Amino acid sequence: MKTRFTLFLVILMTSTTYASPLEVCKRCPVSTLEEAISQSKDFDTIVVKKGTYKEHAILVNKPLTIIGENYPVIDGELKGEIITITADNVTVDGLFIINVGTSYTEDFAAIRVKKSKHFLIQNLVLEKLFFGIYIEKSSYGKIFHNKVIGDAVEEYNSGNGIQLWYSNHIEIEHNYVEHVRDGIYLEFSDDCIIKNNVSALNIRYGLHFMFSNDDTYQDNTFENNGAGVAVMFSKKIKMYNNIFKENWGTASYGMLLKEINDAEIIGNTFEDNTIAINIEGSNRIIYKHNNFMNNGWAIKVKGACYTNTFVENNFLYNSFDIAYNSKINDNKFDRNYWSSYTGYDLDKDGVGDVPYRPVKLFSYIVNRTPETIILLRSMFIDIIDFSEKVSPVFTPDNLLDANPLTKQIKW
Amino acid sequence: MLKILKYSFFDLMRSRWSYVYFAFYLLLGIVLLFLNNDLSKAVITLMNVIIVLVPLIGTIFGVMYYYNSKEFTELLLAQPLKRSSIFLGQYLGVALSLSISLILGLGIPFVFYGLFESSAIWDFSLLLITGTFLTLIFTALAFNIALSNENKIKGFGYAILLWLFLAIIYDGLFLMTLIMFEEYPLDKLSLVGTMLNPIDLSRTLILLKLDISALLGYTGAVFKQFFGTNFGLVISFVMLTIWVILPVLRIVFKSKKKDF
Repeated sequence: MKTRFTLFLVILMTSTTYASPLEVCKRCPVSTLEEAISQSKDFDTIVVKKGTYKEHAILVNKPLTIIGENYPVIDGELKGEIITITADNVTVDGLFIINVGTSYTEDFAAIRVKKSKHFLIQNLVLEKLFFGIYIEKSSYGKIFHNKVIGDAVEEYNSGNGIQLWYSNHIEIEHNYVEHVRDGIYLEFSDDCIIKNNVSALNIRYGLHFMFSNDDTYQDNTFENNGAGVAVMFSKKIKMYNNIFKENWGTASYGMLLKEINDAEIIGNTFEDNTIAINIEGSNRIIYKHNNFMNNGWAIKVKGACYTNTFVENNFLYNSFDIAYNSKINDNKFDRNYWSSYTGYDLDKDGVGDVPYRPVKLFSYIVNRTPETIILLRSMFIDIIDFSEKVSPVFTPDNLLDANPLTKQIKW
Repeated sequence: MLKILKYSFFDLMRSRWSYVYFAFYLLLGIVLLFLNNDLSKAVITLMNVIIVLVPLIGTIFGVMYYYNSKEFTELLLAQPLKRSSIFLGQYLGVALSLSISLILGLGIPFVFYGLFESSAIWDFSLLLITGTFLTLIFTALAFNIALSNENKIKGFGYAILLWLFLAIIYDGLFLMTLIMFEEYPLDKLSLVGTMLNPIDLSRTLILLKLDISALLGYTGAVFKQFFGTNFGLVISFVMLTIWVILPVLRIVFKSKKKDF
């Protein structure tokens, strides 16, 4: 008991002597965040009390911890960028930032990190924004538990929720982004981890990669976006256990892969998307343990895709399982479960005795002449699909799953 | 005319075939719901069945009824009755009894399953409406064929051929045309193509209601714009009505001129 008391005393004393935070409130000696920053020394803590602060172009140029109490509002009054961080080791926590200015020549952001290391941005709420959190040439930072709610209507005059540009080793976790252009956007950013985020109702993509390598994204949910995730011109991306849902519309994808090499797509769920995965020029990708449910097209292969492997996935009730537009196939399908498989399993080992051909003739025809989709579910189409199944003429004849499973895979 | 309608109707209601037809749909509905456990999925499967079977049964039944009741028709012709009312009465008798078998046979299991609380009720009623239209259309076409052919075998042959053409061959030709002219803008053509065939028209109507429309891509947008609006729906139903009226008019016209 006595030791515990002394310990308590020690903690109390240290906290009073060392961490004397600079307080910002309307009636305090320091009434703006900008003033507080100019008065503070390195490694100080600034506490912003509840209230509305009409400020913009706040420059954080020393290592500080800025903490908002009860979500104080920083109102930029649409005049431009609100907080710019240029020092290392900055923490921003618990602010409510609104009204970022819109510009067609500069990317104004609610909070921008420039050439810094070890920053932490957490518990922010951003509304009425152009760009939300913009990380520029920075590394080893963490963006945690923020909420970004935009009001974007058109692609050309809206910004991205969380944008990384030439930034490495960033962790983006537990954020919620909606109604912006791209929920999360990575350009030239390597070794980042994107985890447990929700990105919904965005105009363009939920998550967008460009020229970014060795990144991991997992356990995220992408719902109702123009397209769920676009991964373009990147290498060695790991995509685990994400959910892609209801990206439904005439030009919507769950996931769009373009010029992607050596990626791993494991354990994801694709549900109710027009096209679950659209693949173009992507090689050596491993698809494993994914669920494709009720999509228009589960996988649409647009050509120049080699040595991809599709193993142990569930294809459940998609209008088309696989669509190909060429007769050449270099991809491997093995041990998947196909809900439209009609073969038998005489030796009861759980593997069908007849190979399954996932590409229907009709999907080949539709690829060639998109207007023919109007004949979907016509009896004539069923007949030609059947005859193609018996003896393939138009679809690649080596495109088959030799070991189709007879029971849905659980893992 | 009403008397003859009533007579044919009750005659058919007493016959075994209406019950078989009714029982078939009842069984189909029950099995589908039992296997699917999902109303909207069951509606899609049902669509496939209706699009193919309803026209087939309508045609066969129409031709069969005409040839079977030929002697009775000749007896009626000897009475002071208008020819058009005799044939129209018979036609409506057949078409209505078939439609009632369809509506009750499918409706009962779905109602018991809880259709009224489900959101699928509109899709389902659209399904029944198009099913009824298809019955009316194909029975009328069957009567036309039977009226024009004294020879039963020939009549049946033509009836089957008609069904085969509209249900399958037409789509094949349609597909070929679309592929042949793929370099041209095809959305107008495909719109007209679907409009001209009652089976295709019904299929498209139901499919677009079932939200597969996003699959249709650019063409889908054109189609959705057309069929998705009330205007398109009205046009489609007008088209289906024309498909009923034209054969019926021909029945009237043909029956007036025909020698018995």
